[in-house]
Amino acid sequence: MNGVAQGLWDAWWLIITFDADLYEIIFLSLQVTVSAVIIASIIGLPMGAWLAVNRFRFRRFVIAVLNALMGLPPVVVGLFVYMALSRAGPLGGFGLLFSPSAMIIAQVIIITPLIASISHQTIRDLWAEYHDLLISMNATRMQRIKALLWDGKRALLTATLAGFGRAIGEVGAIMIVGGNIEHATRVLTTAIALETGKGNFAFAMGLGLVLIMLSLLVNLLIHSLSRTERASTW
Amino acid sequence: MVILPLQLNGATATMRGKTLVGPVDLTLAINGLTMLIGPNGAGKTTLLRLMHGLQRCAGGSVSWAVSAQVARQNQAFVFQAPIMMRRRVIDSLAYPLRLRGMGKPAARVKAIECAARFGLTELLESWAPMLSGGEKQKLSVARALIIAPEVLFLDEPCANLDGRATREIETILKIAQDAGTRIIMSTHDMGQAGRLADDVIFMYDGNVHETANAKTFFAKPQTGLAQAFINGDIIE
Repeated sequence: MNGVAQGLWDAWWLIITFDADLYEIIFLSLQVTVSAVIIASIIGLPMGAWLAVNRFRFRRFVIAVLNALMGLPPVVVGLFVYMALSRAGPLGGFGLLFSPSAMIIAQVIIITPLIASISHQTIRDLWAEYHDLLISMNATRMQRIKALLWDGKRALLTATLAGFGRAIGEVGAIMIVGGNIEHATRVLTTAIALETGKGNFAFAMGLGLVLIMLSLLVNLLIHSLSRTERASTW
Repeated sequence: MVILPLQLNGATATMRGKTLVGPVDLTLAINGLTMLIGPNGAGKTTLLRLMHGLQRCAGGSVSWAVSAQVARQNQAFVFQAPIMMRRRVIDSLAYPLRLRGMGKPAARVKAIECAARFGLTELLESWAPMLSGGEKQKLSVARALIIAPEVLFLDEPCANLDGRATREIETILKIAQDAGTRIIMSTHDMGQAGRLADDVIFMYDGNVHETANAKTFFAKPQTGLAQAFINGDIIE
């Protein structure tokens, strides 16, 4: 217990003294995750809306696949991205392996189905409500998608935050494609894995607390900025 | 742009093989306010949706004086249960104009003018889904009228409203009619039909049972069924 307390104190000390290494890890974690969430949202949100609004052959199959992909094993994604980015792979020429870019690519692949699937469910409900109105107003397909994304933005925030939650806590894929290289690709989750491997459980727990606090802070910040749960807003 | 007359030739609406409405033969001329009346399940809503293009025509035809696309641009629909966009009243009012390519500042100016015309000024900054039932329906009608449609369809717009709200909606409809909008609406309220209608279409069991000038219809309906409906008898 003393060891745990000591570890937590050490972690706290590193935070309040603005330890350069720790903050480098925190900022890289945020950089990789926020980039991945932005890219995945740009792809996933319109994809979810498009699936909700359009009727086409194999639509149910596509939705089922998308839902299944929400549970994509990160390690497998990491392996595929590794193979694609390695020198012998099709994207090897870009030299992205063991870089933050590779980690972002892996995270985008992991969280895009999650964001698309949750947003599809949200938009589908809103589309059922708006359908007659938007058809009656002669809105084009693009205008319908735009209106649904705009009016559903607060609910869609949940999809984005779910993606953030999954990405910030992800370790398997980014360990494989990032390599957990100090001052280059080490993020909070891979650092926790490393410290645990070294037997520094207390310090690993401290880093874990930082990770949880970071996740909470980002969620609170986004909710605050988007004015959700306020009496006068929808 | 004159999109009327509207002609229905053997128009039929079906759902899963079952005929909901039709075949209907009808011509709606350029002027007047046409009221669709009839008991529940008579097909009033389906016929309105068929005319507006929300319901696919399974047989026969629904045609305007212009192409369907042009006709669609010049008509609007008010639903029985108001569909409120998750926006402020001002943005809800401006939305149909934005869809037509009007810039946001210009659309908002028009929305403010429209709100003033229909007594919605005080609600401009309110969230549309949080309005009362009467306010929501008033907003729905104002939103439909902001594009100055040539034809306005209304599906029992006062069904769930009290007397005061009903009077407000009726006043708005009279203003719209005076401004040249052709109104085609359904109602259960015989008093409202008597106050507003120029022509009446009496529907029963998915078919047009009787069409007549409103005064003639209420004074001397041609069928016993229509007479019973006017008298308030239960018809099945």
